[in-house]
Amino acid sequence: MQHFISPVLWQFLIHWLTNFAIFPPEASTIAPYADALYFFLVFISIVGLAAVALLVVTFSIRYRKEVSPHATQIEGSTLLEATWTIIPLILFMISFVWGALLYFRIYSPPPNAMNIYVVGKQWMWKIEHPGGQHEINALHIPIDQPVQLTMISQDVFHSFSIPAFRVKREVIPGRYNTVWFEATKPGVYHLFCTQYCGTLHSQMIGWVYAMTPQDYQAWAAGSTSGNSLAQNGERLFASLGCNSCHNSTPNAHGPNLGKVYGSRVQLTNGQFITVDGAFLRDTILNPTLHEVAGFAPIMPTYQGQVSEEGLIDLVEYIKRLDSQYRIEQTIENSAQQPVQTGTSPSGTSAPELAPGMVKQ
Amino acid sequence: MSTIVSLPDQSTARLPKVSYLNKEYGLKSWLLTGDHKRIAMLYLISITFFFFIGGAMAALIRMELLTPPSDLLAADTYNKVFTAHGLIMVFFFLVPSVPATIGNFLIPIMVGAKDLAFPKINLLSWYLYIAAGTLMICVLTFGGVDTGWTFTTPLSTHYLNTNVVSAGLAVFIAGFSSIFTGLNFIVTIHRMRAPGMTWFRLPLFVWSHYAASILMVLGTPVLAITLVLVVLERTIGIGVFDPTKGGDPLLFQHLFWFYSHPAVYIMILPGMGVISEVISTFSRKRVFGYTAVAFSSVAIAVFGFFVWAHHMFIMGISNYSALVFSLLTMLVAVPSAIKIFNWSATLYKGSITFETPMLYAFGFLGLFTIGGLTGVFLGTLGMDIHLTETYFIVAHFHFVMVGGMLMAFLAGVHFWWPKMTGRMYPESVSKLAAVITFVGFVLTFFPQFVLGYLGMPRRYAAYPPEFQVLNVFSSAGATVLGVGYLLPMLYLTWSLKYGKIAGPNPWQATGLEWQIQSPPLTENFEETPIVTHEAYDYEWLESRKGSEVPTVG
Amino acid sequence: MDSHTLAAQTAETPHLELGHPPFLRHHFENVAQQREAATFGMWLFLLTEIMFFGGLFCAYLIFRNWYYPAFVAGSHSLHIWAGTLNTTLLIISSFTMAMAVHAAETRNRKPLLRWMILTIILGCGFLCVKAYEWHDEWVEHHVPGLNFSPVGFEHGTKAYPDDKLAPDMAEKTQVYFSLYFAMTGMHALHMIIGISLLIFLLIRARGGAYTAGHIAPIENFGLYWHFVDIVWIFLFPLLYLISRHQ
Repeated sequence: MQHFISPVLWQFLIHWLTNFAIFPPEASTIAPYADALYFFLVFISIVGLAAVALLVVTFSIRYRKEVSPHATQIEGSTLLEATWTIIPLILFMISFVWGALLYFRIYSPPPNAMNIYVVGKQWMWKIEHPGGQHEINALHIPIDQPVQLTMISQDVFHSFSIPAFRVKREVIPGRYNTVWFEATKPGVYHLFCTQYCGTLHSQMIGWVYAMTPQDYQAWAAGSTSGNSLAQNGERLFASLGCNSCHNSTPNAHGPNLGKVYGSRVQLTNGQFITVDGAFLRDTILNPTLHEVAGFAPIMPTYQGQVSEEGLIDLVEYIKRLDSQYRIEQTIENSAQQPVQTGTSPSGTSAPELAPGMVKQ
Repeated sequence: MSTIVSLPDQSTARLPKVSYLNKEYGLKSWLLTGDHKRIAMLYLISITFFFFIGGAMAALIRMELLTPPSDLLAADTYNKVFTAHGLIMVFFFLVPSVPATIGNFLIPIMVGAKDLAFPKINLLSWYLYIAAGTLMICVLTFGGVDTGWTFTTPLSTHYLNTNVVSAGLAVFIAGFSSIFTGLNFIVTIHRMRAPGMTWFRLPLFVWSHYAASILMVLGTPVLAITLVLVVLERTIGIGVFDPTKGGDPLLFQHLFWFYSHPAVYIMILPGMGVISEVISTFSRKRVFGYTAVAFSSVAIAVFGFFVWAHHMFIMGISNYSALVFSLLTMLVAVPSAIKIFNWSATLYKGSITFETPMLYAFGFLGLFTIGGLTGVFLGTLGMDIHLTETYFIVAHFHFVMVGGMLMAFLAGVHFWWPKMTGRMYPESVSKLAAVITFVGFVLTFFPQFVLGYLGMPRRYAAYPPEFQVLNVFSSAGATVLGVGYLLPMLYLTWSLKYGKIAGPNPWQATGLEWQIQSPPLTENFEETPIVTHEAYDYEWLESRKGSEVPTVG
Repeated sequence: MDSHTLAAQTAETPHLELGHPPFLRHHFENVAQQREAATFGMWLFLLTEIMFFGGLFCAYLIFRNWYYPAFVAGSHSLHIWAGTLNTTLLIISSFTMAMAVHAAETRNRKPLLRWMILTIILGCGFLCVKAYEWHDEWVEHHVPGLNFSPVGFEHGTKAYPDDKLAPDMAEKTQVYFSLYFAMTGMHALHMIIGISLLIFLLIRARGGAYTAGHIAPIENFGLYWHFVDIVWIFLFPLLYLISRHQ
């Protein structure tokens, strides 16, 4: 064969044909479950297609005009029709139940998952680790550890997809969506934006680095920006003046935020709600939509004043407030330094922006 | 190969002296016609035009995807090209394809009427289509639009500065064209049936068009209001879908898919009608389980309205509503399965011949089965997470829309070509075209299932190099497919002058349309027919053989 | 030809038959069929219109549920007298339109013209009041996107001093006004189309086109007009009345 085509082209063909993907790597705990369902669906598809092909081919041969010059008119058969209604229905119901189980598995994160934040924007992924590591278009994660991604877009719809883990979730402006996975094999995997998001949609890609826990620790220690998200959040909390109401003194105007994360609070409309990241983000931007019972609706909105990263910092800060001590410390710290509120929209003297605040 | 074609003796055969084609002459007699058959021909010409524009866009897409980087087209251009491909193929080819051409031509004849109920509205519908199409061509010429055919907000409302408003307007107008077609069909089927033509004597072609018309009439206005809101949001900045003003972008998704999911049934149901006619005719047997096939069309139309959120499984709708929509999706798959098996069973104890329309129908059976079953993959919640927004979904809907609908459209065009033009298409070259189309199609779209499971996202101008081999296969297949589509256009045009004269009923089919001359008179029937037999009654046809077929002149 | 064929109907040349008036279009068998088809088509078209407005009503219900106080405050800011006046105008115009249909049925040309002109005047009156309201909302800075300012809703109004919304909720009145303008705008567009059609019909009616038995156009236009009226009958309470008790 080599004799007939040029050796260079031959080399190229060999390389090309041996380096192409046919099945994605199975690199998460979800992947084997997804693949099992996939093979089941492929199997019933082959059976279904074979049944149709068999019927069509057999009848075409048996009843072609040369063999069967006269057609026998048949009205139909209720029994047969019931058969091919019920059998597909059963198969579809099996895949429905199976798929639903998998769906709930993929979209119900375990409580011990470590949380990483993702902000999508045209056309990059900004990843924020709680320890203060910031990445763009790359995600470092430890293996054998459930990881939950809390994701939001600051502009249009994006979609965060890691094919090797068989997980994907839309990243939407205005609300947190979450997805979780537990990587099983160290390696480097594709990260895609799969929702069309404008001109450079196909450049909104990156890599997921799954590492052993030791390697991850080393990486995390080496790439932190110095401040954890919670520390950034603490500074922002002070500079926005949040602590003038949320100061956990007995006559405070705002609810005590210590240990609030994960607790159930009652709203003025009587509803109970579990405090999570999405709830906190929403109350900062739309306080009146979630008035906590027992407090006057006096909280101003921070819509347009805090960036998505800043909101993540605040959420992370409030999440870590497991005691009173931290708030008190924050108050003391902020008393020592001049407070930059920056909240007045008229802002005659341009205040220096704290990290996470939106430039007006 | 045996054939049931009973062409009149070619040495003496004549076309009828008077027919709808030569009743009047001149451009004006076509452009101002109220005759449903002439309007159908106008539609046939215009949708063919748009099909080839959309096809050229597809060719550009496949050429760009030959190599991993975006080297032939810049990312921006690529986005405009796939948007144009989607918009033109969906709104200017697939939605009007069978209903506005074959349906327009045949529905009045099949129910035994002289015309559709509202001939002027029918003509208006064509003009709206042309206006919308012209606007769309202008949009593409003057800068294009890159929203994707889905107009996703807030991308379309705030983040692009291409011709979104005019593209939205074009789709809005095309929507009205579609509403008027559907409305005309429903009224005609309800009010214009000939004496004796009861509901259960209607051909299945009419039933499936009835179901599709219900979807057009009830679904399209929701798309219209959604586009109005998008345009208002883009131009003056109202805040219904804009999250920064308190609106909800997911509401857009709900409203858009409330139309656009039923829209896929608008596209496929008329094709299913064609397949019923073709398979019955060439196995010379009534369709197995007529009632089941008829009601499965209606069931698809009804269920089709309640599954839209399966396009949103990963968007953050609640897990429980996802559950409900997945369950309903499984239910809507069942009527399609019923149809497939009923068509297969129609062949049983038939007397089968393999003319070109039958080959296309077989192609439809195979490809639509794959398309339908891969739809089950996507309706299965856990699987959808991995597969949605990848090439798997691209392959799935191309199997349904192209493998299903386009095959059915070509089957229909070949099947009724003798009726529409009075002349036969050339049999052997058209068989070749059918086979080329099938092979090319499978080669183009099957690799995309594999690519989809690998995770290759759709709408990517550039992709990782390990996906190249499968993409090259796909592009190679597209070339073959292109030949398969060009051939019919050439030989059908050729046959207008040189095709053999067909006579009234070359296939010995039972439908009312085959009992009148080809091409038909402007008023279709000399006298209002009185129907005394059921659809696909070959014994009735046998018994009236030899009796003269009424022609004029 | 045996009995199983598409037998011929014995009618000779149908055009000479009695009961074949000039307005009967060639493809219909008789006047009754033509009239039924036209009415049925009109009802179907109204069904599409229901779906068209249905999308807006659906959006309204969702957002009202989310931003209840903003919707209450937004509704309070409208002029209830204008809404009531408009409702009255439209209901009367429905009556005059019904009388026009009646006049066409009884083949009275003069009353038909008179009732149609009255309907046109009432319809224009509606649009004038609507235009006044829109102008007022423009002055108040209530037009979303173009000149919207939520400040007014943070301080309460003269009529409703308690309508003091928190700033974030005051912002959400923009959603209310977005829907208000989309809904009333689409409704007004239907009114304008209706009045244009009515003027066209009026010109033809002057020549006596609809007082010789061919009443389908008038009848079907009447259906359209009543439909537009009914849409307003839903808009008025949803936009103006529903929160008055608070």
